[in-house]
Amino acid sequence: MKVNAGDTAWVLISAALVMFMTPGLAFFYGGMVRAKNVLGMLMQNFFALGIVSVLWAALCYSLAFGGTNPYIGNLDFAWLDTVAKQAPPGFAALTIPPLLFMAYQMMFAVITPALITGAIADRMRFGAWVLFIGLWAILVYAPIAHWVFSPEGWLFKRGALDFAGGTVVHVNAGIGALAAVLVLGKRRGWPRHPMPPHSLPLTLIGTGMLWFGWFGFNAGSALAANGLAAQALVNTHLAAAAGMLGWLALERIKGGHATTLGAASGAVAGLVAITPCAGFVGGMSSVPIGLAAGALCFLAVNMKFRFGYDDSLDVIGVHLVGGVLGSLLLGLFAERAVNPAGADGVFFGGGFALLGEQTIAIVATLVYSFVVTGLILLGLKALMPGGLRITEDDENTGLDLSQHSEVAYAPDRV
Amino acid sequence: MKLVTGIIKPFKVDDVKDALADLGVQGLTVSEVQGYGRQKGHTEVYRGAEYKVDFVPKVRIDVLVGDDDAERVALALVDAARTGKIGDGKVWVTPVEQLYRVRTGEAGPDAL
Repeated sequence: MKVNAGDTAWVLISAALVMFMTPGLAFFYGGMVRAKNVLGMLMQNFFALGIVSVLWAALCYSLAFGGTNPYIGNLDFAWLDTVAKQAPPGFAALTIPPLLFMAYQMMFAVITPALITGAIADRMRFGAWVLFIGLWAILVYAPIAHWVFSPEGWLFKRGALDFAGGTVVHVNAGIGALAAVLVLGKRRGWPRHPMPPHSLPLTLIGTGMLWFGWFGFNAGSALAANGLAAQALVNTHLAAAAGMLGWLALERIKGGHATTLGAASGAVAGLVAITPCAGFVGGMSSVPIGLAAGALCFLAVNMKFRFGYDDSLDVIGVHLVGGVLGSLLLGLFAERAVNPAGADGVFFGGGFALLGEQTIAIVATLVYSFVVTGLILLGLKALMPGGLRITEDDENTGLDLSQHSEVAYAPDRV
Repeated sequence: MKLVTGIIKPFKVDDVKDALADLGVQGLTVSEVQGYGRQKGHTEVYRGAEYKVDFVPKVRIDVLVGDDDAERVALALVDAARTGKIGDGKVWVTPVEQLYRVRTGEAGPDAL
């Protein structure tokens, strides 16, 4: 293992960029809830930085990257034991300090369960969220990260590609969100009572933070300051841009106005879809990927009204649908010419082999995350005296006052 | 003494204040309120889902005046608040039984 100063500098910065995405996500979602629930939403996200960071260092990093078992890591790196001296199995070519790799991956572990907050908005007890997110980081995130991100993992070994977390982050959190809303139930009054966003400026600030941080997420996943990182950065930005165009175009075609929330949502959809592809596709491929994500996610967010599940802020419509789409499109657009560690997709003479492996990785993630997320929540529901949900009174009052004894906005206070 | 109350379009509040000041009105109270009249509300669209918003933001102006000034002030308020489009609001006048100035304890028209 030879540490390279340039690579190390870039991944240090990238770790900080990815950390910044979780507050960004907090504001992205916080603006979309009603004013009485905005602190509750911000808190669920910020709390992810608290609990998941400590769990990651103590246990989850080791479960994700320790050992050579294909299904789950071991305890070699638990409590940060030997992490500073030893690259994880399969990462012999690492040119950054292994401790930095641990820290960089920590930020992914933080934001992934935080994505679920958008689906369960306005109705979960804070105490239930505390236990849920901790268990989810250990029982869902760590194993799937091991399968896909660790070269010892069974999906990695089969040849599934995921540059920065299409399956591990977005499909995983998106299907977890579906299990969560099915166990938790709808917000009282939904969809009869309108629950429109209280502050789209907050949502757009959050979108800007996410977009900015995503360069660390995707280009940082090159784990080096090189041409591949540049390729991933360009792909990331173009897909976000095209995602915005795709969403806005459909909004207008369907007879509506071009909305700020549509611009933000389209950009995020493009970012989600490019995440698995960022370091494996080249040329202008990121543009059709982004356009498809913006358009498809626009259509997908209205599924919840047809099927009657309260995915409050469209985690399923954007992250699950966008994550599945991006992971599948990688099977079409991947080019070995861009990244020799990758593969050729259908459009580049590779046949259907990669698309098949992508499908297996998606299905494995869908099944495991849905089942285990559901079991965690059903277990907590049975065991916690207060259950998962806040009371009807508390739901009327809002999370801010009922869960945290605070209010977000009090401009008339003198 | 009378209370002149107006519910008006928010962007008209400065015009109304200036018009009343020209009449010698010494003070007034402004509150942000919501409601609907024949104008009804509007529709907002978020991620393709339509939300009907019934209550439109308005400004309420309350002015205490002497009996002789009530009609003049009310008509000036009406003139200043008018755009001619639906949703301009309402103005009404109600009798006031008693009035006190908090600082001095003066009562009746002296407290105006």
